[in-house]
Amino acid sequence: MRLSPSDIQAILLTLKLAGVVTLILLVLATPLAWWLARTSSKIKGVISAVVALPLVLPPSVLGFYFLLAMGPNGPIGGLMHQLGWQALPFTFGGLVVASIIYSLPFMVQPLQNAFEAVDKNLLDAAASLGASVQHRFFSIAVPLSRAGFLTAIILTFVHTIGEFGVVLMIGGNIPGVTRVASVQIYDHVEALEYMQAHALSAVMLAFSFVVLLFIYTLRPAHKRSH
Amino acid sequence: MQRISVFLKKYNQVLLGILLAVLSSESFAEKINIAAAADLKFAMDEIVTQFKKANPADDVEVIYGSSGKIFTQIQNQAPYDLYFSADISYPEKLEAAGLTAGPTKPYAFGRIVLWSPKTQLDATQLRLEDLTRAEIKRIAIANPKHAPYGKRAEEALRSKKLWDSVEPKLVYGENIAQTAQFVHTGNAQVGIIALSLALSDALSKQGNYWLIPDTLHSPLKQGFVITKRAEANQAAKKFSNYMASTEARKIMVRYGFTLPDEAGQ
Repeated sequence: MRLSPSDIQAILLTLKLAGVVTLILLVLATPLAWWLARTSSKIKGVISAVVALPLVLPPSVLGFYFLLAMGPNGPIGGLMHQLGWQALPFTFGGLVVASIIYSLPFMVQPLQNAFEAVDKNLLDAAASLGASVQHRFFSIAVPLSRAGFLTAIILTFVHTIGEFGVVLMIGGNIPGVTRVASVQIYDHVEALEYMQAHALSAVMLAFSFVVLLFIYTLRPAHKRSH
Repeated sequence: MQRISVFLKKYNQVLLGILLAVLSSESFAEKINIAAAADLKFAMDEIVTQFKKANPADDVEVIYGSSGKIFTQIQNQAPYDLYFSADISYPEKLEAAGLTAGPTKPYAFGRIVLWSPKTQLDATQLRLEDLTRAEIKRIAIANPKHAPYGKRAEEALRSKKLWDSVEPKLVYGENIAQTAQFVHTGNAQVGIIALSLALSDALSKQGNYWLIPDTLHSPLKQGFVITKRAEANQAAKKFSNYMASTEARKIMVRYGFTLPDEAGQ
C-alpha cells in the first residue's frame, strides 16, 4: 500500500484547508463564544440555535444552499460578481467559507463551555483593580480556558478534515484546489482502486484515532490539576 | 399430535390451496430494485411508469447513481435486481465474476453534448474549440477517472487537441447528473453532458445543446444485467424483456439514445 502523488496532494490540501479554517474560526468564534458565555441578551437563544445548526443539518442541505447562494444568480455570488471577484464554488476560498460555517459549532461550543466555567469573581476583582476588558480576557479568561481552546482547535481541525458532503457538492473535484482526501477516497472506490482507497483510508483512520486519543487522555489530567 | 395430524388430513386440500395462493401471488406480484446510471434518470422514470401500467401488480423501485459506485455496491451484495450501467464493461465484469443471472445485454449507445443555459450562451452555436475562449471560465464534465460520460468527454477534447488548454477550466461532477446540475445552476457556463439529460424537460426548457460528433470518442456502449439475487425473480425477467418492447424503445430513442440493433454494430 503506497500513497500516490495525487493522494499526498489531497492530504496536504486537506491539512491546508483544516489549518486555514481553524485559524479563521479561532479569531471569529472566540469573541462570539465569549459573548454567548457572558450575555443575558434575549437573542442569545436564537444565536445559539444558529451556531448549532450545522450540527444537525445534513451536509447536502448546506451544500445545496451554498451552491445556490454562491452561484452567479445567488445573493453572495451576485455581490461577488459586482465587486469583480471570482465566484466561490469550485475554489479553495469557497471550501474555506463553507467549512467555516460547517465547523462553527465545533469551535464555539467548547470555548463557550470553558468561558462559562471561568469564575466571575476573578474577573470582577481584576476589574475593580483597574484591569481593562482586554487585559482581563487575555490574562484571566484565556489561561483558565486552555483546555477549552485545545479541545475547540482540535475538534474544528479534525471535523474539517472529515468533511465530505459539502465539498462534494460545491468543490467540483479539482486536483490541488478542491480535491480533499475524503473525495479522493470516494474517487478511488468509484474507480475500483480499492488498494489506493485502503491506503488513504488507513492514513485517515490512524490520524483521527491519534488525535482523539490525545484529547481523551489529556483532558482528565488537565481537570485534575484544577 | 394426533389432533394436529387429523386436522392436517381433514384440511389438507385447503392448506395446499392457501399455500399455492400465497406462492403464486408472490410470483405474480414481485418487487424489483433497479440500480441505473444517472444518465438514465428521465428515460428510466418514464419506462418504469409505462411498465407499471402494463404490470400493475409489480412493484418497481429505481436508484440512480454512478455506474462505478453501483458496481462496487453489487459486488458487496447490494439488494439490486437489475443493473443498468452507462458502460457495458461494468456489468460484463460482474458477469465474469458469476454475480449475474444470465448474460449482459447491450441496451443503448449514449451521446455527449455541449450544453449551456440560455442565459449564459447559445450552445447550438458552440463548438469544442470555443471552450478555449477567455470568457468561458468554468466547464463541467463528469469525472473521467470513473464516469463513462467523463471519459468520453476527455477523449473528445483530446482528439481535438484541446485537453491541455481546457483542463485548467474544468470542474468535475461525481456523475453525469451532478455535472448537468453544475451548469444548470449557472456555476459552470458550459458542460459536456449526456444527450439524454439535455433532452429532459428540466434542461431542454432552460438551455440548448450541440451534439458532439461520436467520431471524436469511443462508443458509449451501455449494458444491463439481472443480478444473481434476482435469478428467480419473474418481475426482473419481465422488466428485462420489456426493455425490448416498442414502448420502451420509443422512450429511449426520444431521449437521444441509439439502440444497439440500429447502431450498425
